[in-house]
This record gives sequence, structure tokens and C-alpha cells, in this order.
Amino acid sequence: MAGSIEERIAFGPGAGTADLVQPLAGRLHEWIITVDYKRLGLMYIAGGLFYFVVAGLQASTIRLQLAVPDAGIVSPQVFNRLLTLHGTAMVFLVGMPILIGFFNYLVPLMIGARDLAFPRLNSFGYWLWFFGALLLYFSYIGGGGLQGMGSAPAVGWFAYAPLTETPFSRGNSTDYWILSIFLTSVGSTATAINLITTAFTMRCPGMTLNKMPVLVWLAVVDAGLMLVALPPLSAAQVMLLLDRYFGAHFFDTQAGGSALLWQHFFWIFGHPEVYVLVIPAFAFASEIIPVFSRKVIFGYEVMVAASCAIGFISLGVWAHHMFAVGMTPAGNAFFVTSTMLVGIPTGIKIFNWLGTMWGGRIRLRVPMLFSIAFLFQFLISGLTGIMLAVAPFDWQLTDTYFVVAHFHYVLIGAIVFMIFAAIYYWFPKATGKMLDERLGQFHFWLFFFGFHLTFDTLHLAGLAGMPRRIYTYQPGRGFEELNLIASIGVILQALGVITLVYNIIRSLVAGRPAGKDPWDAWTLEWLTTSPPPEYNFTQVPTVHSRRPLWDLKHPGDPDWKYE
Amino acid sequence: MGAANHQIARGAVFSPVSAPASSIATLAWFTLAVTAGIFLIVLGLLLYSVVRFRARATDEPREPAQLYGSNHIEFAWTAIPALIVFVLVLTTIRTIYDVQAAREPPGAIHVRVIGHQWWWEFQYPDLKIVTANELHVPLSDPAHPTPTWLQLESADVAHSFWVPRLAGKTDLIPNRINTMWMDPRQAGIYLGQCAEFCGTEHAMMLIRVIVEPRPAFDQWVAAQRLAAGNPKVEGHGKQVFESNACVNCHSVRGTSARGTYGPDLTHLMSRQTLGSGVALNTLEHLKIWVGDPGRMKPGVLMPAMNLSQNDLDDLVAWMVTLK
Repeated sequence: MAGSIEERIAFGPGAGTADLVQPLAGRLHEWIITVDYKRLGLMYIAGGLFYFVVAGLQASTIRLQLAVPDAGIVSPQVFNRLLTLHGTAMVFLVGMPILIGFFNYLVPLMIGARDLAFPRLNSFGYWLWFFGALLLYFSYIGGGGLQGMGSAPAVGWFAYAPLTETPFSRGNSTDYWILSIFLTSVGSTATAINLITTAFTMRCPGMTLNKMPVLVWLAVVDAGLMLVALPPLSAAQVMLLLDRYFGAHFFDTQAGGSALLWQHFFWIFGHPEVYVLVIPAFAFASEIIPVFSRKVIFGYEVMVAASCAIGFISLGVWAHHMFAVGMTPAGNAFFVTSTMLVGIPTGIKIFNWLGTMWGGRIRLRVPMLFSIAFLFQFLISGLTGIMLAVAPFDWQLTDTYFVVAHFHYVLIGAIVFMIFAAIYYWFPKATGKMLDERLGQFHFWLFFFGFHLTFDTLHLAGLAGMPRRIYTYQPGRGFEELNLIASIGVILQALGVITLVYNIIRSLVAGRPAGKDPWDAWTLEWLTTSPPPEYNFTQVPTVHSRRPLWDLKHPGDPDWKYE
Repeated sequence: MGAANHQIARGAVFSPVSAPASSIATLAWFTLAVTAGIFLIVLGLLLYSVVRFRARATDEPREPAQLYGSNHIEFAWTAIPALIVFVLVLTTIRTIYDVQAAREPPGAIHVRVIGHQWWWEFQYPDLKIVTANELHVPLSDPAHPTPTWLQLESADVAHSFWVPRLAGKTDLIPNRINTMWMDPRQAGIYLGQCAEFCGTEHAMMLIRVIVEPRPAFDQWVAAQRLAAGNPKVEGHGKQVFESNACVNCHSVRGTSARGTYGPDLTHLMSRQTLGSGVALNTLEHLKIWVGDPGRMKPGVLMPAMNLSQNDLDDLVAWMVTLK
């Protein structure tokens, strides 16, 4: 079998990767100056996972404080800093780099290219992100500023004006927040340009747009969204800096500025951002579910079209975050309609994943377990999303723990679950070692139950009248039991993450060798060695269908006959 | 506050006692029913697929049949969600107009709500009353409804007024005037709080709405309109109040105190709680609060006045006469 593959497509055995033994400083230096997209991809993912632990610990402190009423574990000031940094970090320092890292690593491999289109721009984007991330946490040290006022920012991750203006946010903490987001956003914009250019210009022979893997299509849609959504955020950050330092009055309500203007700017970025984060989860699911169901993805064209539709519609729904600001009924009606419309392509995607599983032979390995849980949780978060799109219902639900539970269902239940799936799925490719299956199952069940204990319960806290971002609550209002259960769930989630970290370290030291293609998969990254050599393929492959490795493994029944 | 809160009936979004919370709850039940139906169907398909199509040791080694797609099926699962969306959008828009475009009937009570870091100011312009943190409104009679119309403004940053059993929330945004209304049909005390993050003590910016039958409400109004003052306790406590910075921020009608930065204290003792709901309004709590408010509400903008114990005792003794 392998022989016939060799004959049909000549590809590199991964020779030449034998590491020369170098001193540690030299190897470190090599990572710092690298423009190799695979190294940068791994650096993004490693950096993101580091902040995932940091911001996760901050979330755990939040849950500890809220476990019982009137807990005095942290002061209100400290609590508000925790919630601001937790939110900001999870979006800009965890979600973005991990997803960018995966796309970085996978897109060139999956289209049979040797690198991204602009390797130096890629490195530039990474280091912008790296120092932007440092700036955010440096605020704990430098945020006091000359006046000694404050520490880390305490304005919430969407930082509504005019709380961010100098009368209410003294010291430099808010400035560090602004600069951090500005830098990481510019870095992400650079990556977006790189991904689009790469996917459109560097595909291997035979790979028409119509034969691109779904993941690559989704990377293009994702990058397009970043390109449109991030500049308004960057612009708003500059305006805020002008307000704070040069007496501009964009958002300074005391001088006639507009508080709503900030909200519009923020959510014009902020809602597409949700999709920027969740589309990679769709992308991973669209690769993993077919391989573990042993079936081609159901309705490729429709999947791609639905993804593009989600991308377009998501640009016109931002004010559903603002149903309570007193828009006109017509304005509310518009955003109700556009938001509900997103439900249609989203439903199509869920049904197509189910269609892929239907009639398959589902292997319940760890990546698939996380993917099935993703489908279940993404379904629920979609349905609570419909509830929130019903504007009058939203007048009750917005800014409560129901919303907190809803978006954690998206961010954890969908995105983090699919990131875990992707780690288990592509770790063998990136390192050449398998992750331990049994530890992986253990991780899955701990995290699954912990997640549901915490976030199922928090929906109910919101319905019981608990607003978000409160550092404490009084007894006797019906919040106690729900919060205690939610906090207990965190312990299980933390144990799950510890299991993953242990699994990764253990596999790096003494993991089972993965070989080229441990999952019997169909896309080009599995054609080369694990880990792939710097140049990916000795000879650039030529493809004839969406599943080139299927064609090679089933020469009598290739895909291109049916597409 | 635990014991005091326990005496107030629980319930929130799904136990409305007033329009528009009641029409929202109806729409919410409808939405829940629709989404629950979708949930059960899709979950059923998912579970069935996992159980029915999971790989077994007895499977043949070949791959299952490859199915590339089907336009008929795709059309079906596009059209059905589209129909559901259509119905939901129409019902939603109807409720939006019911709530937002409601006409104000004659006899409505007007209240100007001003959000401050971290307390609520309630002005009744028609009745010439100013109070704080506890909103009194009359019970509305279905035959002759007397709903309350709130005009929402902010003195500093964005806040949000939310009492779930009465109405959905509406934000208070500086430089902007918003409105909302409620039409309560059941007397009682209803708890709510600020729902938009507004800084350090966002969590302790609580609201009590006291819905009372019209005669009791009118009585309350009459009492609130009186100036403060009880001649018997003129004296040292009042002097402490008037000679300290208290008067820069607080008003007590009938004295020289005309400050507007903090809550009006003219009828302080008619209120059930202190510090926007942080504690019950008792003599002991007042002493702690006036002595150092940060002990009860860290970060509160009211400073500790560093009064001597004697001054503090006399001041609080005078304050408890502000009924």
C-alpha cells in the first residue's frame, strides 16, 4: 500500500531533520529569530496555553469568591481586576493565539505548500502578540502610574465608556489595557493577511478552491472576518487614548462625548470576534468528525457556503449586545432579525456534521469524544443564543449570569472543547508522539462533568436575577446553592486541565511514536513525516480531490469520481 | 441582610407581577418551548448516531459507504429552520412594539431615575419628592391603570435599572435619556440591582421597589413632602452635621444642607436599608456607616469623617429622627 503511494506521489521521508546538538542558548536563539511558520504556530499555541492557565487561575479565584455569599476572599477592587484580565486574556491572549497558531501550522501543510506567503510578517505578528500580551499583565506592576492610582485595569473586558475615561480610571492601568489590545490586534491582522494570501496563491497543483479542505476554507473566512472586525477596535483604542491624553472627547460624556459610540465600535468588532473564535472550532470539527466517522464530510459545498454566510451575517448583528441601551423599536427589530438569520446557516452546519456521522463507523477516540461534546454544547449555546436574540427576553437576560453561561458555553463548550480535540488530533503530527488515550479519556470526562456542573447551573443563577460582574451577593436571594455548585465544577475542570498538561509532558518524554498517519486520515498533512520537515514535502504533491490520501488508499474508488 | 432578604418573596424572570415583565415572560415561555423542541430532536439524532453507528469489533474492515451530500436533504434542513426563524422574529417584534411603543395613560406616575456610582436617586417631579435607593410606586388597578414611567439618566458612568419581576432592564447612560415603564398588579417588595458594570461597588448598587396600595402610597407621598426636623432634638447632633462636610454632598430639607452629590437624607429613617441596600437601616448600622462607610462598602465614595465618638453618637441620634 505504502509503495503505491510512493509511486503516485513522491514525497519527502522527512530526512534532514536530525537535530544537530546545540547549546541551549543557541537553540533558544533559533526559536526567537525563526520565521518558520510551524515553529511560530507552536509558539502561538504554547503561549496561548500558558495564558489559558493564568487566566483560568484568575477565573478560579472569581469562582472561589462567589462560592458563598458575602465572602471576603478578595476585595471588590481586586475582583474587578480579576474579571477584566480574565476576560481580556481569554479572548486576546488565549483564544486568538491558539486558533491563529493552529491555522498557522495547518494551512500550509493542508494545501501542500512549504510556508505561509509572508514568513517575516508572520514572525512580526507573533512578536507583536507576545509583547502585547506582556503589557496586559505588566499593568499589575506599572498600572499605578505616577499618581500611584490603581493596579491592573478594572473596567471589564468590553470597557464601556465613560468608565475608561480619566475621571473614573486613574493611573495607567487602562492605558496598558488599550496598548495590549492594540498590539495583539495588529498582530492578528497581519496573520489574517498572511492566511488569505497563502490560501489563495500557494495551493499545490490540482487543488482548486473547490478542493480545498474545509479547514482551509474556514481559515479564509476567519481571516476575512479578522480583517474587517479588528480595525474598528484598533481605531476605538486610539480614540480612547486621544481622550485620555490629548483632551479629545469621543467618549468623554462630561464634555459632550458619546458613551454609545464606544459600544457600537466595540461590538462591531466584538460580535464578529465571537465568530472569529468559533469558526476555527467549526474547522477542527469539520476535519475530525469525518475522519473518526470514517466518512467524507456531508455536503462540502453547503458547509462552505454556510460558513461564508455566517461570516457575512455576523457583521450585521452587533447591536444585539445593546438591546437594553434604549434603541428604537425599529432598530431592535432589525437586529433581532439579523441575529435570528445566523441561526439558519448555523443549523445547516450542525445538521451536516450529523449527516457525516450518520451511517458511519464512529471511532470513539479522544478527539471524537470532544467533538461529540462540542456538537451537544454548541447546540445548546445556539439555542440560548436564540433566547438572547429575542430582544424582550434579552432585556431580562442581558448582563446576567445567563449571558455569562451562554458565552462560556460557546467559548468553552464549543471552542475549548474543539481546541482539546485538535490538540489530541494534531499533537502526533507536530511532535511525532501520541498522547495517551486513557489519560485523554480521563481528561475528557473530568472536564465534561466539571463544565456542565459550572455552566448549566449559572444559566439558572441568571434567571434567578443574578447580574454578572458582581464581586459578591447577599444571602437570601436564591443565589447561594447555584453558585456553590458552579464553583465545585471548577475543581473538576482544573483536574481535567492538569491531566492534559501531565499527558503532554509525559508524551513528549516517552510517548508512543505516531508515524505519519496515526488516524488513517485523508488530508495532506498526514502525507509527510511527523513532525514534518521544515520544507514539509520533498516534492510538492499533486491532488485530484478533496481527500488526496483517500484516493491513494483507495485507488479503485477515488473521490474525484464523485465530486 | 440574609434574614431580611428571606422575608421577601423570591422569584425573578418567570414570576412577573407587572407588565412588561409579564408579556416578556409569555414570550420567553414560547421561545423556551420552541428551542426545547429543537433541542430534543437534534439531541435525539446525535445520540442515535453515536449509539447506532459507533464502531464495533465485529465490523468489517472496509470503510462505510461514502455519502457526499444531498441537495434535497440540504434544502429541507434549510427551509425548516428558516420557517422557525420567521415565526420567532414576528412574535418577537410584536412584543418589542407592545413594550416600547406603549402609550402613557393619564394618571401615570413619573419618576426621574438618576444613576450614581453606587446608588440610585429617585425624583418625583410632579410630586416634588426626592428619595434614594427605594422606589415607591402605587399598585396599579386594572380598571384604572396607574403605571409608573421612569426617565433614566446617569450622573457619571453607565448603569442599568433591573427589577426582574417588574420589567426588563434598561440602561442609564450619561448624556442620554432613556425611558421604561412598569404596571405592577401585586403589592410587595421587589428586589433588583444595577446590571451594568459601573465600577468598584457595582455589586452593592441594589434596588428595592415598594409597591403599595394607592392609599398607603399617597400617605408615603404626603410624609415625604414634609420638611425634616424635630425641634426636640435640635442641638449638638444637628450642629455636627451642619458644621462638617456632610452638607457638601447631602440635603436635609429644613436645614442648611443642600448637597446633591449624595442621597437626600430628609427622610432617611423612612428607608429600610442603608448604602443602597448594603445593610438594614438601624441605629447600630448607621453608627458603623457614618463612622467609616468603607467598612460596609469598600470603595464607596463617601469618606470616613473621623468624628469623635461623642460627635458620632450625637450625630446618629439626630439622624434617626429624620423620619
